Amino acid sequence: MVEKTPILDILTYIFLALGICVVGFPIFYALIAATLPIEMVSRVPMPMVFGDQFWINIQAAWHKGNLGTLLFNSFVMAAGITLGKIAVSMLGAFSIVYFDYRLRTVVFASVFCTLMLPVEVRILPTYEMAANLFGPIQTMVDLLHIEALVNWFLQNDIQIRLELSLLDSYPGLILPLVASATCTFLFRQFFLTIPEELCEAAKMDGAGPMLFLRKILFPLSKTNIAALVVIEFVYGWNQYLWPLLITTRREMTTAVIGLQHLIPDVDDVPDWNVALAGALIVMLPPVLVVLFMQRWFVKGLVEKEK
Amino acid sequence: MIKRAHFTARFLPYLLILPQIAVTLTFFYGPAFEGLMQSFMLSDPFGQRNQWVWFDNFVDLLSDPLYLKSMGITLGFSAATAATALVFGLFLASQANRALKVKAAIRTLLIWPYAVAPAISGILWLFLLHPNYGVVAFFLKHTLSIDWNPILEGSHALILIVLASAWKQISYNFVFFLAGFQAIPHSLIEAAAMDGAGPTRRFWTIILPLLSPTLFFLTVMNIIYAFFDTFGVIHTITQGGPGGMTTTLVYKVYLDGFVGLNLGSSAAQSVILMTLIIFITVLQFRYVERKVQYAG
Repeated sequence: MVEKTPILDILTYIFLALGICVVGFPIFYALIAATLPIEMVSRVPMPMVFGDQFWINIQAAWHKGNLGTLLFNSFVMAAGITLGKIAVSMLGAFSIVYFDYRLRTVVFASVFCTLMLPVEVRILPTYEMAANLFGPIQTMVDLLHIEALVNWFLQNDIQIRLELSLLDSYPGLILPLVASATCTFLFRQFFLTIPEELCEAAKMDGAGPMLFLRKILFPLSKTNIAALVVIEFVYGWNQYLWPLLITTRREMTTAVIGLQHLIPDVDDVPDWNVALAGALIVMLPPVLVVLFMQRWFVKGLVEKEK
Repeated sequence: MIKRAHFTARFLPYLLILPQIAVTLTFFYGPAFEGLMQSFMLSDPFGQRNQWVWFDNFVDLLSDPLYLKSMGITLGFSAATAATALVFGLFLASQANRALKVKAAIRTLLIWPYAVAPAISGILWLFLLHPNYGVVAFFLKHTLSIDWNPILEGSHALILIVLASAWKQISYNFVFFLAGFQAIPHSLIEAAAMDGAGPTRRFWTIILPLLSPTLFFLTVMNIIYAFFDTFGVIHTITQGGPGGMTTTLVYKVYLDGFVGLNLGSSAAQSVILMTLIIFITVLQFRYVERKVQYAG
């Protein structure tokens, strides 16, 4: 700092230590609770020493919450959203920046406007769409009386029923969250900063657009992709509302939702040690990703919101 | 904007953008349009018959005391969550910015709550403040003799979800504020110090005004977070109760549409939320444009 203020410096460190303790306390406390047997956890106030039941509680949570299956579902969903989003946005941005075609601006504007339609504001219709992807076509069929037309034409009694449901399936968990205006925008901004000469040189050497994308744009985008991987993995893993709606079978939900069943009710056996052990398992993957890829994470966070 | 050097192909650009357009149309515009139509219709719970009723759903909603109450709760909840998260984030970032040597370590220690899902944050805080088992609740009851019971008392439940929601957001704000602090030119601070301004004065007259773009951006982001991303917190801790005291607007869309199967009303609520978020986005972009001009 500018001037020497030893008292302020000491205060700074005290405040920071306090802040870190307050922010970390919920986790620290949960960690203690997860190591205690149930008699100790339900004692008020709970003793603040580590117990030796950690492994037992973890196992109990694993079985009670069916966490093996649910963690796998979470992983598939988070990985699917991450890879899908990055692939879809990168191709889209490439198309918008490097090609000239008639609908370019319309396409860009329509992708951009999806910023204003988060899943939370269109819960029910999106659910209906996922429950039957062919719903709109079916409505058209009903509206235009195509059935009667076909029946008259073929002199036969045929019923047209189009149905394709995404409920309780991985595509249902992943696909609706794959389109992202922010990612497309990020790639677009990045592509615009790439020197024109690279493309000119590639064209002169006879490279087609796909080769240019693979050999030049993709390697140049690696840091951006790493940053997005961290952000989108955490985003996908922590999704709540959409998986809650789209899954009805217990073994198809994600781990974050499955935790709900571990929380003891007021009249239940207060096995908070098991519930918190479960919570610790489920939060571990995204926390590890953020801590170990911190540099990319901060980059992604700051870049994405520009 | 387009590159000066670009490719020409007939079908390839359409093929490249196709996945994005397909997902966008199927899961964004289709449902949004459907919701808009539904908000003007009255349908029976089985979805068999629809009747076009123009703005009846909206009129009903805006004269429904429960909806107005939910709106008030949402505003109060968002303001409290955003304010708590912003104040703590700003304070910790200002202190971390002073601690030159250990900045990286401090960032690591403060950053990880961002990765915790809102629903899990809800579980952790419920355990801390549980009326029967929570250690903080014990302290409140026995030392401060407050009859703390978030399961029965609405205002206590509201405080609980504010804490659980703000906790996670502190890390987010911290990262942005720290970046903002580091972007402030050191020469300005030194010049002010030479003119005799102490640390507090410098904070209010130089640092805070220069941070105002970050502050504005974060305020918007925190309010959006409180409105739309706290569903998990509410669903795990209170499920909208007690007595509807923690039913935010988004939670009410879910309750009315998915649990109560009141399709028209739920759709109308969605449309109101959509209008709100369009308003916020436009506001944000007008502001961003101004910032760009300022920088240029």
